[in-house]
Amino acid sequence: MPRYFTDEHEWIEVDGDTATVGITDYAQSQLGDIVFVEVPDEGAVLTKGQEAAVVESVKAASDVYAPIGGTVVSGNQNLEEDPALVNSDAEGQGWFFKLTIADKGELDGLMDEAAYKAFVESL
Amino acid sequence: MRYLPLTEADRADMLARIGAPSVDALFVDVPETARLAGPVEGLPGHAGELAVERHMTRLAARNVNAGSVPFFLGAGAYRHHIPASVDHLIQRGEYLTAYTPYQPEIAQGTLQMLFEFQTQVARLLGCDVANASMYDGSTACWEAIAMAARITKRKKAILSSGLHPHYVSTVQTMARFTGDAIVYTAPELAAEPDTAALIGRIDADTSCVVVQYPDILGRIGDLSALADAVHAAGALLVAVVTEPVALGAIRSPGAMGADIVVGEGQSLGVGLQFGGPYLGLFATRDKYVRQMPGRLVGETLDAAGRRGFVLTLSTREQHIRREKATSNICTNSGLCALAFSIHMTLLGEKGLRALAAENHRLACRTADRLAKVPGVKLVNTAFFNEFALEIAGDARAVVRALAAKDVLAGVSLGRLYPDHSELAGGLLVAVTETVSEEDIEALAAGLEEALA
Repeated sequence: MPRYFTDEHEWIEVDGDTATVGITDYAQSQLGDIVFVEVPDEGAVLTKGQEAAVVESVKAASDVYAPIGGTVVSGNQNLEEDPALVNSDAEGQGWFFKLTIADKGELDGLMDEAAYKAFVESL
Repeated sequence: MRYLPLTEADRADMLARIGAPSVDALFVDVPETARLAGPVEGLPGHAGELAVERHMTRLAARNVNAGSVPFFLGAGAYRHHIPASVDHLIQRGEYLTAYTPYQPEIAQGTLQMLFEFQTQVARLLGCDVANASMYDGSTACWEAIAMAARITKRKKAILSSGLHPHYVSTVQTMARFTGDAIVYTAPELAAEPDTAALIGRIDADTSCVVVQYPDILGRIGDLSALADAVHAAGALLVAVVTEPVALGAIRSPGAMGADIVVGEGQSLGVGLQFGGPYLGLFATRDKYVRQMPGRLVGETLDAAGRRGFVLTLSTREQHIRREKATSNICTNSGLCALAFSIHMTLLGEKGLRALAAENHRLACRTADRLAKVPGVKLVNTAFFNEFALEIAGDARAVVRALAAKDVLAGVSLGRLYPDHSELAGGLLVAVTETVSEEDIEALAAGLEEALA
């Protein structure tokens, strides 16, 4: 399944019409110990760039913006009990939410894994 | 420290530095017509300190002091006996920086005191967690509504008719800017609170139901059925306590299912103080703590394993989260919280229960006596230390007539609800431990005379 990355350090994995969104391993390493994640409710309609989630670490609270528009299918409820999943497995178990993609065109221009890796190394 | 104003030379210096010819020149942007041409008419000229003191003392002597006459005023602000040790202790040097610090961990004493305050408030209101206090009961009430809107993502609050009308207007003022819909009607002089009517108004848009306990007429109802109905609709129950001493005698709102319990803490330790500063209490369930406004102190261990205190969950707050904070409140009522906490500590659980029992005993005694006055009817079936009377006539005029005889009979509903003539016969009478048998007799005799 294709995986895309944004310069806001989010990853998007696309499976048909559904996208799974999370923050990257680099993002979690910059945030430090994550103590709380607020994910969007099922059914929420997000437009690209809209605030979708909040991630709070011992250092800071940050907003996570929707990298593409769509309707939320589910938020990762496991993060409520165990926000540290984002630290231990940011790009797997630590996913934030899944949405039905409104417009696949919005994926154009996002980075692939190699481009993102180069982007992080340039920081 | 003397206040040393600027000299003419200082002023000239500063004007020269910024290149302005005169102080007046700094105001050229204010239209001529809006500027004050000379002294304000009708005000006396400057006076010496002694003359001012004499004048103010004469003015103050025209007030009737709460402690010097039979006093039955309540309606959200209660006169209780505050032990002299409270005032002595809050003035100790260790507490002089009671304001919540922004480099907090250096002031462990202040944090410990606030932690204990939070513990007392949470236990008193029957909740898991309380914050380090808010400005007063009415603003805490609004914050609870705003919090319920954040949690439920709905914008319609249903207020009980038994909520203090001043709290209602604070809520309405804030809602004008947030766009929350506020459903409210004035109360009726009925024996029971409006629980059934509230349940009938709950719908799928309701964020919360706000109910005062005891309510503005002193009525006390079981909140459990209301809590169930509110929760069934996916909304929250907010309970408002304006007389926390009552909770030494009756079940806490938290124990009956309220999700957010707020209140006015003035009754304990703070005093009437001409209406302020007062003390907002705010408590809720553990699961909602991240949506709670205000400062929060937590207990922890330091690097050496010793008990210590920190300001915690600050990411909810304005100085960290800016416009996304849970509230614009970034402080607390430090000194009033300290007084509350010391008074509570001196009382202890037994003392609070005894104080509550004494309030209730005297209130029952007063209600029984007043109900014998021709033209007076007791409205409530249940009350703590405050009840409503319905008198034959205009209660406001009766209160004035008794005040002229140095008896402060209570708060007339005509004063609280000036647009509701059907409530003009209503009189709220509060009876605390400060009321004596002679006071009760003076009130009864005064009412008999006024209604004869």
